[in-house]
Amino acid sequence: MKISKDDVKQVARLARLRLTEEEKEKFGKQLNQILAYVEKLNELNIENVEPTSHVVPLTNVLRKDEVKPSLSEEEALANAPERKGKYFKVPKIIE
Amino acid sequence: MQYETVIGLEVHAGLSTNSKIFCGCSTKFGASPNSQTCPVCLGLPGVLPVLNEAAVEDAIKVALALNCQVSPYSKFDRKNYYYPDLPKNYQISQNYLPVAFKGYLDVPLEKGTKRVGIDNIHLEEDAGKNIHGGGADAGESLVDLNRAGIPLIEIVTQPDMRSLEEVEKFMISLRDILLYLGVCDCCMEEGSLRFEANISLRLEGESRLGNRVEMKNLNSFKMVSKALQHEMRRQGEVLKEGGHIKAETRLWDEEKEVTSTMRSKEEAHDYRYFPEPDLSPLIIKDNWIDRVRKAMPELPRERKLRFSREYKIPEYDAQVLIADKYLADFYEDTVKLFPEAKMVSNWVMGELLRGLKERNINIEECLLPATHFANMLNMIKKGAISGRIAKDVFAEMLDTGKEAEEIVKEKGWSQMSDEDEVSRIADEIIEKNPQSVRDFQGGKEKALGFFIGQVMKVTRGKANPQLVNKLLKEKLGKLK
Amino acid sequence: MLNELTAHEIHDLIVAKKISVFEVTEAILERIEAVGEKVNAYLSVMGEEALREAKKIDAAIAGGREVAPLTGIPIAIKDNMCLRGAATTCSSKILDNFRPPYDATVVDKLRQERAVFIGKTNMDEFAMGSSTENSRSGITHNPWDLSTVPGGSSGGSAAAVAAGETIMALGSDTGGSIRQPASFCGVVGMKPTYGLVSRYGLVAFASSLDQIGPLTKDVTDAAYLMNALCGHDRKDSTSVNREVPDYPQALVNDVKGLKIGIPREYFGEGIDREVRETVERTIRLLSKLGAKIKETSLPHTEYAVATYYLIATAEASSNLARYDGVQYGYRVGKQESLSGNSTIDMYEQTRAEGFGDEVKRRIMLGTYGLSAGYYEAYYLRAQKVRTLIKQDFDRAFEEFDCLLTPTAPTAAFKIGEKMDDPLQMYLSDIFTISVNLAGIPALAIPGGFTGGGLPIGLQLIAKPFAEETLFRIAYTYEQNTDYHKRKCNL
Repeated sequence: MKISKDDVKQVARLARLRLTEEEKEKFGKQLNQILAYVEKLNELNIENVEPTSHVVPLTNVLRKDEVKPSLSEEEALANAPERKGKYFKVPKIIE
Repeated sequence: MQYETVIGLEVHAGLSTNSKIFCGCSTKFGASPNSQTCPVCLGLPGVLPVLNEAAVEDAIKVALALNCQVSPYSKFDRKNYYYPDLPKNYQISQNYLPVAFKGYLDVPLEKGTKRVGIDNIHLEEDAGKNIHGGGADAGESLVDLNRAGIPLIEIVTQPDMRSLEEVEKFMISLRDILLYLGVCDCCMEEGSLRFEANISLRLEGESRLGNRVEMKNLNSFKMVSKALQHEMRRQGEVLKEGGHIKAETRLWDEEKEVTSTMRSKEEAHDYRYFPEPDLSPLIIKDNWIDRVRKAMPELPRERKLRFSREYKIPEYDAQVLIADKYLADFYEDTVKLFPEAKMVSNWVMGELLRGLKERNINIEECLLPATHFANMLNMIKKGAISGRIAKDVFAEMLDTGKEAEEIVKEKGWSQMSDEDEVSRIADEIIEKNPQSVRDFQGGKEKALGFFIGQVMKVTRGKANPQLVNKLLKEKLGKLK
Repeated sequence: MLNELTAHEIHDLIVAKKISVFEVTEAILERIEAVGEKVNAYLSVMGEEALREAKKIDAAIAGGREVAPLTGIPIAIKDNMCLRGAATTCSSKILDNFRPPYDATVVDKLRQERAVFIGKTNMDEFAMGSSTENSRSGITHNPWDLSTVPGGSSGGSAAAVAAGETIMALGSDTGGSIRQPASFCGVVGMKPTYGLVSRYGLVAFASSLDQIGPLTKDVTDAAYLMNALCGHDRKDSTSVNREVPDYPQALVNDVKGLKIGIPREYFGEGIDREVRETVERTIRLLSKLGAKIKETSLPHTEYAVATYYLIATAEASSNLARYDGVQYGYRVGKQESLSGNSTIDMYEQTRAEGFGDEVKRRIMLGTYGLSAGYYEAYYLRAQKVRTLIKQDFDRAFEEFDCLLTPTAPTAAFKIGEKMDDPLQMYLSDIFTISVNLAGIPALAIPGGFTGGGLPIGLQLIAKPFAEETLFRIAYTYEQNTDYHKRKCNL
């Protein structure tokens, strides 16, 4: 087992997903299966291989420093599940 | 046992570009909440960032001014963490290959200079603002995303600072460079310049670093100083009692003037950095750097040379003046109106700096405009007030911001230039001091000084000294 | 029946003034009315707007407006592309009620052509899946056999085209999400070169792999739709700035002298006999038509699925972090119904209720692969293997103009068959995934049928920006076969 139940808890916390005990069990098992499968990659010698994060070799894609119209406040807030005046509203932030 | 303090800073500077770093929304401060947002900076599903060229150029300028190497190849990464003011719940930043690295800043101190190393400079986007209290009720927080996406540079120093003075002078020097470059308005109240400090203590002579504490929520130069001072004391006490410093993040509480634990190292975020797939790498070639370099404005070290050259003031004066941009600006503004450069520098370095120190304020907090200052110097020159009276007038000006003329009028301090009045007083004093008259007649030139002093005393310093001198010489000469 | 025609056929009839755009639109809406419930291809149908737009276009044509190739052509949009003011949910509860205040660049381009938007199509939630079973709005059924899946994640788009519920559709392809459903539904689907079609307005799944592309009834339609979709976009920093060829010009019935490679790794265990025979038959036909066909090797193929799932899930874990109930979409209750009362409680419960299982699983895997201590072992290693996979293709294209493979190891599988085994589901993308990792173009076309009457797809793969080669070979194949003409019996 690569991932323990504690790992599953920690990952779920990082990903802000509240899982039930049952889900933790199930996802833990499935993640272990998948991770066992991806172990395959360890067969390869990748010592001198550069990683690919972009397949198309573009560089310096820049825009001029020009102000463009913003959304109206109404448009910006139109999709908000909860708002107060011109603000988005959330339950109190606790660190 | 002596402890040595080791301090490093992380400085976030909001760049003064017109538009945000990855979209065209305006960066103007103070707009109505969420009115400067668009799908991109709101992080709506499907949007993509496009990098603002001016932000890159500003970063290059700062890199050059801080003697950094500009990375020929840099990249953006995602820093993943959840917070309501971060619409995408990741911040686009530069973790693996920042835009510039390995520089230094030479900071002028009271005695000598201190070289503070710069580890790296990277570009990133700012977050929005959460509001607790104020318009928000208990149990809720409000979010304004106008600031989300404003370009920031983060300047990370080496842990090279060893005292509060070094930190304070570094902050001023760095702020000045940003101001000279025009890349940041450095308005700490509006959050365009923010500091985080890390501090650790170690035994003198020890080469290993102690566990470091990161300090957040430092919203002014003074808060940085106070918080560090507090933290130095706290850590010192813990160590002296044989305790152990925990590596953690602490928040400065400005009201209570204490620091408290925000999160321990174990609770530290796992930011899961990885290369931002939506942005291409940045390749900065020498010709681009040269172009930026040529367009750079004057920096403190150049200004110092110019001051010595242009105003013919001693190098020492120039050094003191340029140590604070606002002070140097004040000096130049004054000299433009009152071109006796050395007299101005004497006053700035003497009365002005002393006055600021006594009042515990910075030059930019000071009420005195350069025009008022120049007018006052002019009054001295024209003989309307004496140099001695001027010092009192100046103190009053610092406190009230009023014009010298107004103060002189109010207080009745104008210089006595009425020849008849001064003559009458001189006659009285000569009459009352026959022995001194004899001394003078006996060739004791010093006795003249006594008479001048007496006249000034009687007139409470208001008599025009040149006039007093002239009249006394005449009168005493006649008595011979 | 108008709804059975291709776009280019309809275009000719409109230009000849034999039919109106309104009639075409109506025919499509009637077809949706008739078979919509059985197939469940659409999440939302914009009937009224479509008819209104159709009328306007007819008036414009009557007024002498030029008829562009897509003018008046009904088109369905996968529900992960933003259409201003229209619900865009990615088949997820977490995007409940989200209406984007902006158009995706591809939508904007189609508007300029005056295509007619018919509706938003069903998909696997956030494009994560290969069967369109992971949708909060129900399963889409394969029109060829309603007990089978249409493939995924663009299953709704593929099924709608196959069922005649639209003339063409847009899909997105991250690991085969256009090509595999095209194959299962017997239609044409293209995954363009990465960077050729703007991603602006496409809700991101895995940013370095996602690409929008056409799903059409034949190769000619795909070429016209590609003409409309391609082009540099300043809003997408990964969009390439190069001249777009006129793709229909590549529709030439001639493959003489073209070198086609057959990668042997695509014919190992797990491939269905009928699928293998289909490719063999195709090889014989293309050889007869003058193509030079030879076996070749893409040695790192077996690592593609593992590489893909590490990269795609890592990017997804970050891309999907924004769904937190703050600015848009679903939020658990109002404050009072939260258990706990902080933002974190709100986030955790909103995301737990808003996402389906497959999305959660992938977010978990991706988060794990990026987390402290695992980044190098998983994500970075996968990025390096990605380089090896790309180099395999680079080497092959030094010798070949194109590679020919099956699109999927099997024809459409039964609904529910792979739902409990994520890994088996992932392995059904084994032939399509490498193409995304390498960023190269591939075209899926109908190549035959199983004994049971289910479509079998062929995949043609070319080097970056060689879409024209794919169109030429596919067009030649189409001219010499009639698989693309067969209609499903609904």
